Amino acid sequence: MTINFKNAFDTHPKALSVWNKRTELLASNLANVDTPHYKARDLDFRAILTGAQAQTIPMQVTQPGHLGIRSPVDESALYRNPHQPSLDDNSVESEQEHLHFAENTLQYQASMTFLNERIVGLRSAIRGD
Amino acid sequence: MPSFRIFDIAGSGMLAQSTRLNLVASNLSNAETVSSSLEQTYKSRQPVFATHLQTATNDLNAGVGVRVAGVVESPAPLRMEYMPHHPKADENGYIFKPNVDTLEEITNMMSASRSYQDNTQVITTAKQLMQQTLKLGQG
Repeated sequence: MTINFKNAFDTHPKALSVWNKRTELLASNLANVDTPHYKARDLDFRAILTGAQAQTIPMQVTQPGHLGIRSPVDESALYRNPHQPSLDDNSVESEQEHLHFAENTLQYQASMTFLNERIVGLRSAIRGD
Repeated sequence: MPSFRIFDIAGSGMLAQSTRLNLVASNLSNAETVSSSLEQTYKSRQPVFATHLQTATNDLNAGVGVRVAGVVESPAPLRMEYMPHHPKADENGYIFKPNVDTLEEITNMMSASRSYQDNTQVITTAKQLMQQTLKLGQG
């Protein structure tokens, strides 16, 4: 068995980078809670993860001219639909953002825990003790 | 690792909110300042918030901070009172008081302090995540 870091870490590094991006967007939503015309944004984690997983099974390339179809993963931020639109055209809802921020933090920590376990596992495999 | 941008974003939020708090303090403390002409009277000052447009247009996916685009004086009418015996009364016996709406300022203050707290929380969380990331694989 060869130790392949890419396989060992699975989708967690990708997930971490998405959580990270999301933290940034949620932070900017919270910073702009009183900015007129600001629109709250967020990432669709499920769509990004599905896109990233679909990429792991590429098309067979038998000729140098062939192009494997790799659909680009759409990682663009989407705009949130406010439950209660405000008068100044700002769509940030503080409590919703708090909720998502807390959730996002936990997800980040979960991914981190998984990664950490993998690293510890690999290290003990290398040491053999 | 959470990018250092988060600190900039949350920091910009804190800066904007503290400017707002500053203006609230200025408005409240001048709420009862009396003067004898329209021009000399203190007018309620309000901040105008705007997103950092440059970063917003460079990368549509990036988080953006907030900045105080400017401070405007409220166009609301000043309070005129007929007090002929007041030392500051003009020739017609009127004194002028600022157009500061105390209730509005108090709500403004509450909103600003809440938003400031939100931003400090974001910074605390980002800091914790960063420290955890730095410890990745250590046990």
